[in-house]
Amino acid sequence: MLVGLVKPSSGEAIVLGAPAGGVEVRRKIGFLPEDFRFYTWLTAAELLALHGRLSGLSEDILRSRVPALVDMVGLTPHRDKRLQNFSKGMLQRIGLAQALIHEPDLIFLDEPTSGLDPMGRRLVRDIIRAQRDRGATVFLNSHILSEIEITCDEVVFIRDGEVVTSRDLRAQNSEELRVVVRARKLTQDAVAGLAPWSTSTDVDGEQLTFTTPSQDALPDILRHLVAAGTDVYQFTPQRLSLEDLFMKIMGEDRGL
Amino acid sequence: MALWIIAGMTFREAARKKILWTALIAGLGFLAVFGIGLHYQMADFSAGSMPAFLRYQILSGMLMIGLYTVDLLAVVMTILTSVDTISGEIDSGTIHAIATKPISRWQVLLGKWMGFVGMLAIYVSLMFGGTIAEAHWIGGVVPRNPVAGALLVFLECVLALSVTFMFGTWFSTLTNGVIVLGLHGLAFLGGWLEQMSGFAEGSRLVAVGIVSSLVMPSEAVWRRAAFEMESPLAGSLQFSPFADISVPSLAMIGYAGVYLFGALAVAIYHFQHRDL
Repeated sequence: MLVGLVKPSSGEAIVLGAPAGGVEVRRKIGFLPEDFRFYTWLTAAELLALHGRLSGLSEDILRSRVPALVDMVGLTPHRDKRLQNFSKGMLQRIGLAQALIHEPDLIFLDEPTSGLDPMGRRLVRDIIRAQRDRGATVFLNSHILSEIEITCDEVVFIRDGEVVTSRDLRAQNSEELRVVVRARKLTQDAVAGLAPWSTSTDVDGEQLTFTTPSQDALPDILRHLVAAGTDVYQFTPQRLSLEDLFMKIMGEDRGL
Repeated sequence: MALWIIAGMTFREAARKKILWTALIAGLGFLAVFGIGLHYQMADFSAGSMPAFLRYQILSGMLMIGLYTVDLLAVVMTILTSVDTISGEIDSGTIHAIATKPISRWQVLLGKWMGFVGMLAIYVSLMFGGTIAEAHWIGGVVPRNPVAGALLVFLECVLALSVTFMFGTWFSTLTNGVIVLGLHGLAFLGGWLEQMSGFAEGSRLVAVGIVSSLVMPSEAVWRRAAFEMESPLAGSLQFSPFADISVPSLAMIGYAGVYLFGALAVAIYHFQHRDL
């Protein structure tokens, strides 16, 4: 809908200050569909030139940009091969290049690493970072949460077409932590005293586990436990992975 | 600009997929068979003592059969080569990367249409020109009005193309092919029933032909083309398959033109507004 392929049944969407789907908006948008299909009778260089021309680039610009982009996605040795001879990973790379040919301000990438090997994934991550550094905004839609975690600045969870929550992945200090404590003389008062910092606590013998919304609270928590007479042998803060966060936010597997 | 890029891409696609070359080779095969047939016919004439005017009518008849075959080949090839171009790209998702570029959807559709129109112009010119040239060189016969005939056959092909594009914005490739070939079959049957009215002397057969021509005017355009090209004597013979028993009027040709652009306009409108 944001790139103009599907019409909204109601309401409107504004992209880059204009109604979504308009020609002027699309001039500033790059898009790599998840189920990408291209004209396989074209060579890699021809495909990029075609998409560049359709994006309004001049032949002068194309002469330098096509080889640069082919090189950027690591396909220079294959630039004159037809796409019908490309593997899925190679198609994904050239698909990414066509989305970037006109240096768009806003880039939508739908599962851009799903067909790639680890080296290809690293390449895509580097390209996305380079686009961000150039000043572009990249929307990365993916179910591979580890990729999101190491690539994105911000994550939005969507369920049934509605935004459930969003997180700023750059804000490491304010990120929720799980803390595992191994201690003796752990009294009920000491555990109850964690309430100002902790959202959930669990005691299992000598092991206390709790979550806290920010690492800034850790020194105060440790001081509180010691002051309450607890002998602390281990105090291990663990960052919640995006996957843990996903499970926590989205709930049980509903077969989606 | 985008129109010409898409048109050029359509042309190049047909060349790369060998569609263009296969069609031209098949056309050359047809011309070879037609030329051999004419050659043997001339040899048989030399051995006999048939009056010259009768020879001329037979050779004219052979030319008309040749041109009718060209017409059928051109229309069927138009439908077969273009049936997948819109629906296939929608079904496969190839259209996604193109339709999200800063061009209007009407430019995508019209550019493809123009690419096919260009190819059809070349194909019809070569096939018509080749058939007429062979008939002239080998048999010494020429159609009465070859330019009008060729233009009408070209119109018929572009009409079939536009209808194929129109249904391609709604239906899958297979369904689209069934619909358009079915419509052309209906027009074909209606046209021949109208021709049969010469034997039956019934206006009801003419009415059936007119109604089928209104539903799909492709065959009516051919019958007008045949009327333009047939020699007046052969055309007046009621037993000829191309006899001018019920010649479609110029109003019907105008209707075919309106039909063509109407189908193209509907195709553009629907493609512009549908989800991809």
